[in-house]
Amino acid sequence: MSRGPRDAAANRDWGGDDSSAPILHVDMDAFFAAVELIDRPELRGRPVIVGGQHRGVVLSATYEARASGVHSAMPMAQARALCPQAVVIAPEHGRYREVSQAVMRILGEVTPVIEPLSIDEAFLDVSGARRRIGPPRLIAEQIRERIRSELEVVASVGIASTKFVAKLASSHAKPDGLLLIPHEASVSFLHSLPVGALWGVGERTQANLARLAIHTVADLAHTPPATLNRLLGNSAGQRLYDLAWGRDPRPVQPVRQEKSIGHEQTFATNLSGRAEMAAVLLDQAHRCAARLRAGDLVTAGVSIKVRFADFTTLTRSRGLEAPTDVAHELYQAARSLLAGVDIPPGGVRLLGVRCDALSDSATTVVQARLDDPGEERREAERAMDAVRARYGVNALTAGSLLSVPATANRSGDLN
Amino acid sequence: MKFRVERDVLADAVTWTARTLPSRPSVPVLAGVLLEANTDGTLVLSTFDYEVSARSSIAAEVDEPGSALVSGRLLAEISRALPNKPVEVSVDGSKVVVVCGASRFTLLTMPVEDYPSLPELPDTTGSISGDAFAQAISQVTIAAGRDETLPLLTGVRVEIEGDKVTLLATDRYRLAMREVSWTPASPSVNRVALIRARTLSDVAKNLSNAGTIDVALVENGDIVGFEAGGRRTTSLLVDGEYPPVRRLFPEQTTTHTVTSTGELVEAAKRVALVAERNTPIRLSFSEGQVVLEAGQGDDAQASEVLESTLVGEDISTAFNPQYLLDGLGALDTPFVRLSFTHASKPAVMTGQDSIDGADHAEEFRYLLMPIRFAS
Repeated sequence: MSRGPRDAAANRDWGGDDSSAPILHVDMDAFFAAVELIDRPELRGRPVIVGGQHRGVVLSATYEARASGVHSAMPMAQARALCPQAVVIAPEHGRYREVSQAVMRILGEVTPVIEPLSIDEAFLDVSGARRRIGPPRLIAEQIRERIRSELEVVASVGIASTKFVAKLASSHAKPDGLLLIPHEASVSFLHSLPVGALWGVGERTQANLARLAIHTVADLAHTPPATLNRLLGNSAGQRLYDLAWGRDPRPVQPVRQEKSIGHEQTFATNLSGRAEMAAVLLDQAHRCAARLRAGDLVTAGVSIKVRFADFTTLTRSRGLEAPTDVAHELYQAARSLLAGVDIPPGGVRLLGVRCDALSDSATTVVQARLDDPGEERREAERAMDAVRARYGVNALTAGSLLSVPATANRSGDLN
Repeated sequence: MKFRVERDVLADAVTWTARTLPSRPSVPVLAGVLLEANTDGTLVLSTFDYEVSARSSIAAEVDEPGSALVSGRLLAEISRALPNKPVEVSVDGSKVVVVCGASRFTLLTMPVEDYPSLPELPDTTGSISGDAFAQAISQVTIAAGRDETLPLLTGVRVEIEGDKVTLLATDRYRLAMREVSWTPASPSVNRVALIRARTLSDVAKNLSNAGTIDVALVENGDIVGFEAGGRRTTSLLVDGEYPPVRRLFPEQTTTHTVTSTGELVEAAKRVALVAERNTPIRLSFSEGQVVLEAGQGDDAQASEVLESTLVGEDISTAFNPQYLLDGLGALDTPFVRLSFTHASKPAVMTGQDSIDGADHAEEFRYLLMPIRFAS
């Protein structure tokens, strides 16, 4: 969910001319929470928070919970304190992906020019769909209606002439809304917003800008670019200046190549045993590998992220000998990276595995090994994918992940 | 200590003995070369870094026996640069004085008593022709691993059974195996050892021109020794259990092809020019020919057709160009036989003397794993 600064006054009628506003930003409202409500309609109207049960963070919250000040990425303990009456639900990522895919299918029927940004938002360029369906505003209304009636979740839509303004429009349309910013109103709309609404302006940049008394987008737009460049660096200064005047040349890019795939987990109690950590890495390696295979990708680099009790966070990475989509090989790399990390007495509160240097498996060549164990492992893991696809993610897992805490052989190795 | 020796003899001996000295030793004395002048008219030079030892013995006119420890690197450089005249070396207090013609050097000495004693050379296990050993070593070390994080694979597995020595090396992508005969000290000798590939390469380079090399390996020992022409070297063996790699060779193959070694090398080198890093050279064998190709899609591409005989089904496969060329380069026969079971399974490379020869040489076998697509 978007936490960018909003200005309620900006959610007004900016004009009805959508002839030069073909970019749609479709953003699901409180997506994970909304998906949970599909199966538990009795919770509708109550504050619901999706997130880790104990020490995790808020992943999603219904608007009833947000009314108490709960927002995403907030530590769960703080959220519970703010909204003690909230129902807390553990995330069920597979279900979210299913609904997300259904949403993307509906969007894909409107136009192939669709750029998914994450599981719950996407840009569409509907220029080519006008003739077939109608003007952008009508298309946006149809999309909202279909998502509501077919999937029982809610999407807000921003319509504008650029991606940037469309995204701002959807965030101001929430919840359950639609906001059209005609091309000629883009600049007035932008200039009505606080400077933090601009992409890339976080707390630090806001503080920097505040020293020059720049508090709104309008302030920034009327600051000489040279001044901004001195303050923020040449590229960032120019980029913000352009955005402040509604200049955003980036097109909607239908296929966004994933740059990395990762999984991480914060633990209810810190882990200090190497065997338990290895079990977590193995589980995460399996999740990463399944996603690689689902995307027909292979990875040539693995990194791990380790956060200690005192929040010190390390990442360690290494290249793989050969590109792979086999969990066992990801795990081997992750485990050897972890072996190089000194774990302080307090243990670790977060572990994560990430795969980068991704490439299409169909065009990537691999120098096979004479003792190549990969082939059989890959077959076995593909078979696991098939079983899980049919019977659910919990139908099958690596034997060493069955018991908690994980069993490990003498060397702390898991297979 | 005081002795005189020919400059060339000294330079050769010091250069060889000091060749493995570390530039930054863990203890200063390990950068030294130990000089020992004996009353029997020999000068013995020794180095040791707890892993590799080297000792060479040369004739010298010894006036006063004795010993001294000086920087090996410096002495090697000095002795190579001296004019071609007899060299006189003597100890003067805590210095070593080197005089040759009008040149005079004084070198600091290090305490001889701090120098570790060299490991004893075990009894000779057998001896082998320097040329044959050098060739066998060069054929297998191409396949040895260079990744120091996998020390086991940086070694060459040496198996001695009576009068047969088998050398095996693999980096997991290819496997080279060479059998060579030798003269064992006892006909029933049996030894297995894992010797660093670079130790063997050094033996091939520096000891093989002396005619015969004596090899010393104790059963279950931890060092190997080589001795030839007054020089001996020992090296710690690589520790660990070598994987059972012999069984990777297929028992039977279904298809084999025979091609001119030289033509295949030339063509592969040309075609490989467009094969970027990690991309393969593709070989398609059919009746009477092999097509070599590299490059794909929008990249530069190359192809070449060569005459080749095929026995069995047509087969297409792809190899890392360097691994293919390494194997071809190790062959000493005019023709190469490639034997296959399946395009995705390793191919066996052997040499043979004629294109239609039914018999092929099996002393050297090179197993090469193909490159495949990730999907």
